[in-house]
Amino acid sequence: MSTTENTTGRGTKDVHIGDDSAIAREAVLPAAGGSDPRPLAAPTTSVNPIQRDHATTIFEKGVEGRRAFVAPATGVPEVALDEILPAKLRRTTPARLPQVTEPELVRHYVRLSRRNFDLDTGFYPLGSCTMKYNPRLHERVGALPGHSRLHPFQTQDHAQGALEVMYGLERQLAEVSGLPHVCLQPSAGSHGELAGVLLARAYHEARGENRRKVLTPDTAHGTNPATVTMAGLEVVKVATNPDGGVDIDDLRAKADDDVALIMLTNPNTLGIFDPNIEEIASIVHGVGGVLYYDGANLNAIMGITRPGDMGFDIVHFNLHKSFTQPHGGGGPGSGPIAVSDRIAPYVPVPVIRREELAPANGAAAEHRFELISDPADLPGGVDGGEPGSRSIGKLRGFQGNYGVFVRCYAYILSLGGSGLKDASEVAVLNANYLLAKLEELGVREHLPLAFGTRCMHEFVISGGPMKRDLGIKTLDLAKRLLDHGFHPPTVYFPLLVEEALLIEPVETEARETLDAFAEALAEILREAAEDPTIAQNAPYSTPVRRLDEAGAAKKPRIRQAIA
Amino acid sequence: MTRYTTATDADREAMLAAVGVASIDELLAEQIPQALLLDRPLDIPEGLSEQEVNAELGRLAAKNTSAEDEVTFLGAGMYDHYVPSIIDMLLGRSEFLTPYTPYQPEVSQGGLQVMFEYQTAISELTALPVSNASVYEGPSAVAAAAYLAKLVNSKTGIVVSAGVHPHTIQTLETLAVGYGSTVTVVPLKDGVTDLDAWSAAVDGDTSAAILQQPNFLGAVEDVQALSDAAKDDSPAVVIGAYDPITLGVLAPPGETDVDVAVGEGQTLGNRLDFGGPSFGFFAAREAFLRRMPGRIAGETVDVDGRRGFVLTLQTREQHIRREKATSNICTSQALNALAGVVYLGWLGREGLPELANLLVQRTHYARTTLAAVDGVELLHDQPVVREFALRLPGVDVPQLVAYVQDHGVNPGLALSRTHAGVHDDGLLVALTEQRTKEQIDELARLVGEAIQSQRSGTTDAAARTEVSA
Repeated sequence: MSTTENTTGRGTKDVHIGDDSAIAREAVLPAAGGSDPRPLAAPTTSVNPIQRDHATTIFEKGVEGRRAFVAPATGVPEVALDEILPAKLRRTTPARLPQVTEPELVRHYVRLSRRNFDLDTGFYPLGSCTMKYNPRLHERVGALPGHSRLHPFQTQDHAQGALEVMYGLERQLAEVSGLPHVCLQPSAGSHGELAGVLLARAYHEARGENRRKVLTPDTAHGTNPATVTMAGLEVVKVATNPDGGVDIDDLRAKADDDVALIMLTNPNTLGIFDPNIEEIASIVHGVGGVLYYDGANLNAIMGITRPGDMGFDIVHFNLHKSFTQPHGGGGPGSGPIAVSDRIAPYVPVPVIRREELAPANGAAAEHRFELISDPADLPGGVDGGEPGSRSIGKLRGFQGNYGVFVRCYAYILSLGGSGLKDASEVAVLNANYLLAKLEELGVREHLPLAFGTRCMHEFVISGGPMKRDLGIKTLDLAKRLLDHGFHPPTVYFPLLVEEALLIEPVETEARETLDAFAEALAEILREAAEDPTIAQNAPYSTPVRRLDEAGAAKKPRIRQAIA
Repeated sequence: MTRYTTATDADREAMLAAVGVASIDELLAEQIPQALLLDRPLDIPEGLSEQEVNAELGRLAAKNTSAEDEVTFLGAGMYDHYVPSIIDMLLGRSEFLTPYTPYQPEVSQGGLQVMFEYQTAISELTALPVSNASVYEGPSAVAAAAYLAKLVNSKTGIVVSAGVHPHTIQTLETLAVGYGSTVTVVPLKDGVTDLDAWSAAVDGDTSAAILQQPNFLGAVEDVQALSDAAKDDSPAVVIGAYDPITLGVLAPPGETDVDVAVGEGQTLGNRLDFGGPSFGFFAAREAFLRRMPGRIAGETVDVDGRRGFVLTLQTREQHIRREKATSNICTSQALNALAGVVYLGWLGREGLPELANLLVQRTHYARTTLAAVDGVELLHDQPVVREFALRLPGVDVPQLVAYVQDHGVNPGLALSRTHAGVHDDGLLVALTEQRTKEQIDELARLVGEAIQSQRSGTTDAAARTEVSA
């Protein structure tokens, strides 16, 4: 092929650097941890080379006749298509997919990857998302063909290893949560929430009650109220008290016999462990309601305290958060649920059973795992109670995100019970240390802690004073952090805190990293005191600068126009 | 120190001093009521070294019979397609593997552009103008589409063809309870949706009319006829669940009046993984854009005029709209969708039709060859692309499956597992480009042998199959 590196298809204007030259390799993104002072000069004239890499899509790189795939020979006697697939059922024009060679495909996506910030490169204190290190061992064991090429309809005698993984993980999650019955099926946290709300509904309906209200604190994750709507129930907001916990008076006022459940995160999205949780449980149980635990913040409490012991009936796990499935740029996740005895009869199928087999000829006792997929096959329901199952059914195809189960099972085997506890303890220590460091550096003068004096594994500071005193908003601070090589915290959430920053430093981050992050915040505040426009116009060192989001929403361009 | 936890004893001491507490226990006791502190260690064994965990997961993998260990003709929703090497490489890159949802677009252009390209590829594949950036997987994507239909027309009837995957129907039935809809299943006739029954079932109260292409029994539906019938005097949103690979040869949803096309994305460069993670795709008519669930990437420019990409139309989403959101979905399947768009780019414009045609030819050969085996009939004689259903009258099909598996071949799905009492003598056989003519011939030989062996009552696998699913 006579074309050169710099030629692209369809006359697209192309100004990218031809190949991975040393300079391009060096300057993809600012180095992590603020060790590269160069991008901090503002506004810079030394444009990062990759910024000159005009975004070109894989479709625009296509040239007629180029391809990567080579089909194997059919190898069977061929029949005219008209004889076996009538023309009226067939496609007449092919989908206009890219026309590129494999080398071009690889270069395109590798270059794209370098326009991403990632956890392996730098600190990622995104609150409520638990961005902890993802061990590469998990990718290795997940890729073993015995796991990754196992068909979900494989007969069960040929899938005993997989069922053992799932059974083992179920038992581990039951122990961590203090709730004995686990269903691994939901695909992500929000999917688990939906399962949980439907379970609470089924529980009440089986008792002849048609309860409509779901109590959610105003600190709740957005998925909570969205889930309630999808489950056909009604959100009733509960206020937050001055200490950051549930306002007990407001809760009492709203707790009546129309309450189906309360959805709580504890510690909540302020990083506050609600000390009144037992009272809350007693109030909600007192009116016949169910307690639902949003497990997004489980990383604060593993081995320390358990939702089941606090009085919760249903909990969902975010396996990708607490148990370190790589987040993949927005999934895959996995959102298993664990429930108490009274909710157990309603759990979704499939359910795993461990059966003890009679030992043959003095051999060691053996067992077998069975996956019960059809509710009708559940003898007496999953609680072994009255005949016939009361399962709510099924939430998705097959068994759930098994590939995630393998990784998380490996994680729990690696850490063990005491390691899980240590992980949570250090997560809490790191968060409190960072708070102390911010105090020491004077950062909290402008970015005060929103509630309380301590925190669990994450905390919320308010950018309100900073905005008033220094003239920069939380958004500006976040964008300037990018120039320091840090991923910003979660911003503008929870909603009840003005200019909120929700910071979750996780246990796998070293003290030096926390120090460097605190220093960066202090430096940005110092800089803003001198010249707020620097932060207001940040970032400068990223592949693109601030983007026109309003324009994108006004006239959505969500796909490529292809000739 | 525990694996992956960075604080040394010295670090801990220094950090505790900075915090102003004597111990982590004190820090916790300040915040958690004493009665709630777990007063014993978790009943989970002590941690293991990396090599021990590696060995244990290897031991468990070895107890499974994967598509690496046998020649598999299993399908029924997920298929043993070849996954090209570049997908392993690209998905293993830290920059794709370890970030989260691109909340900070300035440092997430890679992921956002991938979403934009993915949306484009799905729109091209389905001939529908708008696509989101992925949902969980196939069956729940159908339920999400039915929820969209409810938001659009406020009707409560869901009509679904019996040709739709049983997991999808179960998922619909479970989730429709939530949003107050009821599900009516329309039977098949000669292997495809009974058009008269379909027409009769869809009426003025129908919110969504749902079909699958090809259907669960492998038959190609006349989608245009079903769409026309569903839209005759009904507000119904027509939803099609598609196997994306077959869109290399089958008429796309956008050209057969399907309003929302969804489906299981596993066949696009994703592993089997015992059922997940994969991804669900979700494409629709333009009018439904602002009712779509999930993330959507859009093109824009930065302050210097550079082309860039952002998450857009976020006012649909839970983190903004809360109880008024069009869906509760947050984390979806971005990494799996990346595999999907890389795979479609790898197949390319010519490759996808070539692959689909290859499947049609090999499937035709396999169907003809198996139907010629004594004791085997076609369950239906509708056109097929990559999967077909057989009847084996008088044969214990699960036992046949066990017999053939004992000889290194998995012949497919015994339909008694999904359609007990309806297709007890049915076998669903699926093809991919990894199944050769020689393997098909071997399958036919083993199926014939298994039938003969059952007829003569000398089933060496009988004892084993008693416990087989």
